[in-house]
Amino acid sequence: MPTWARNSSLLRLESVDAFYGDLQALFEVSFEVRDKEILALVGANAAGKTTTLRVISGLVAPRRGQVLFNGDDLGRVPAHRRTDFGIVQVPEGRRLFPFMTVMENLLLGAHPERARAERNQSLEYVHALFPVLAERRAQLAGSLSGGEQQMCAIGRALMAKPRLLMLDEPTLGLAPVLVGKIFETVRTINADGVTVLLVEQNVRQALTLAHRACVLESGRLVLAGPARDLLGDERLKRAYLGM
Amino acid sequence: MDPARLLGPAQIDALAQLGVSTILLGGIYALIAVGLTLIFGIMRVVNFAHGEFLMLGMYLAFWSFTLYGLDPYFVLFVSIPLFFLVGLLTYALVMRGVITASHNAQIFTTVGLSTALQNVALVAWTGDFRFVRPWHSSVVLRIAGTAFNLAQVVAFAIAVALTVALFAFMKWTHTGRVMRATAQDRDAATLMGIATDRVYRLTWAIGIACVGAAGVLVAPLYSVYPTAGLQFVLLSYVVVVLGGLGDMVGALLGSLIVAAVEVVGSYFFGTAWKEVLYFVLFIAVLVFRPAGLFGQRGAEMLGA
Repeated sequence: MPTWARNSSLLRLESVDAFYGDLQALFEVSFEVRDKEILALVGANAAGKTTTLRVISGLVAPRRGQVLFNGDDLGRVPAHRRTDFGIVQVPEGRRLFPFMTVMENLLLGAHPERARAERNQSLEYVHALFPVLAERRAQLAGSLSGGEQQMCAIGRALMAKPRLLMLDEPTLGLAPVLVGKIFETVRTINADGVTVLLVEQNVRQALTLAHRACVLESGRLVLAGPARDLLGDERLKRAYLGM
Repeated sequence: MDPARLLGPAQIDALAQLGVSTILLGGIYALIAVGLTLIFGIMRVVNFAHGEFLMLGMYLAFWSFTLYGLDPYFVLFVSIPLFFLVGLLTYALVMRGVITASHNAQIFTTVGLSTALQNVALVAWTGDFRFVRPWHSSVVLRIAGTAFNLAQVVAFAIAVALTVALFAFMKWTHTGRVMRATAQDRDAATLMGIATDRVYRLTWAIGIACVGAAGVLVAPLYSVYPTAGLQFVLLSYVVVVLGGLGDMVGALLGSLIVAAVEVVGSYFFGTAWKEVLYFVLFIAVLVFRPAGLFGQRGAEMLGA
């Protein structure tokens, strides 16, 4: 690997094994996310995509292997401290605070110290990206439609000033027109300088959007490469694209 | 002793008196229940040792009055930081270990803490009934045909002020938002960079500070003994359930309802009936409106 590529690595997983109780969910998973790219992590249900994100955000501790962010070993960094590094996850199912308003949800996103000082600018940025969140600022987050909830969840994560934004199935259960809108937004966020790690079941669209992609199968990394190449991969086509 | 008995002989209009007694007694119950409401609302822990922290507050008032002649209203200001520290200590020693455990483990733990504290008080201070009677506990005010006790009015005013302050704190400060967020989704809060263990510790300490202060305030109105907390803690559960399990303003209204049932029920049927009446109400609310009388559907699970 040429040095420039090694230098541009923002996040690296090295031979990560993770378990839920006795059940092994990840087997020696290694990959890197490069600075400023969109990396898609695809695979079937229970392939270990969400577990991978939870290992990176610290909600699941790996039993073996390392997670390196910008060269720092995150092994001893507790989950709530990882936002200080700029690692921010939008969890699957959005997980908003349902009995709090849209505005309160967004303000909570700016909880990390380094995000709090720039709270007002971040809020302007999020409202420009999703004008509907400004209109519904006083509404309870739990009463928003599915698409609006996803926007609120992404907006809340952006309030934390992420360097690495991890999105877990952001289009799950959304109408096709909204799916396009979310993908478009992810492209905008990335163009504004945020590195994106995207977990998607919507494989074709994810591969069209991403620069590179990794494929997980039963907890093992089986394919990795430029997203365009993977779109043409015979194995992937058969397994996920129904061709 | 039933505070309604402290009124002394007077020509009073029964209906107005029932109203005034309800409001004042409700204030005392709200004062006791507000810490329990906070702890339940944010931590989803039913603190069965709540009454024992109240009892410790009462003893603090008793000893500072008896040994040093300190007025309970002065001791009140000392008791808040003191019980905040007691809260931090009990959290670190006891609650921290069970905060992620099952509800059963938490119940057994707080019941254990309750019994331990009762017996510590029994060993240290014997089972004697003690009384704190500063000058203001015997001042009876008579206004518009009703009579009431000055200490009750002060307790009521402080209960309302405390409830409003906690409500405002929870609603409009960043720390309050962080506490509610932790109650609604702990993992999501962690992903926002919130140290949830610290949130629970702070919640517990504030709750204990509230009930400790309540103990100091009610000491002049009741007698002080090792199990003095029991009579209040049961009705605190009724209040918390009526108010919508964790809802601060709901708990204030719930306190007034419990007080009304007690005052009106005692007037018409005799005091022996009061606990029957409000526990029938308690069960009825749990069966028919589990989110509480004023609660939002589903909120009982999420600490809105």
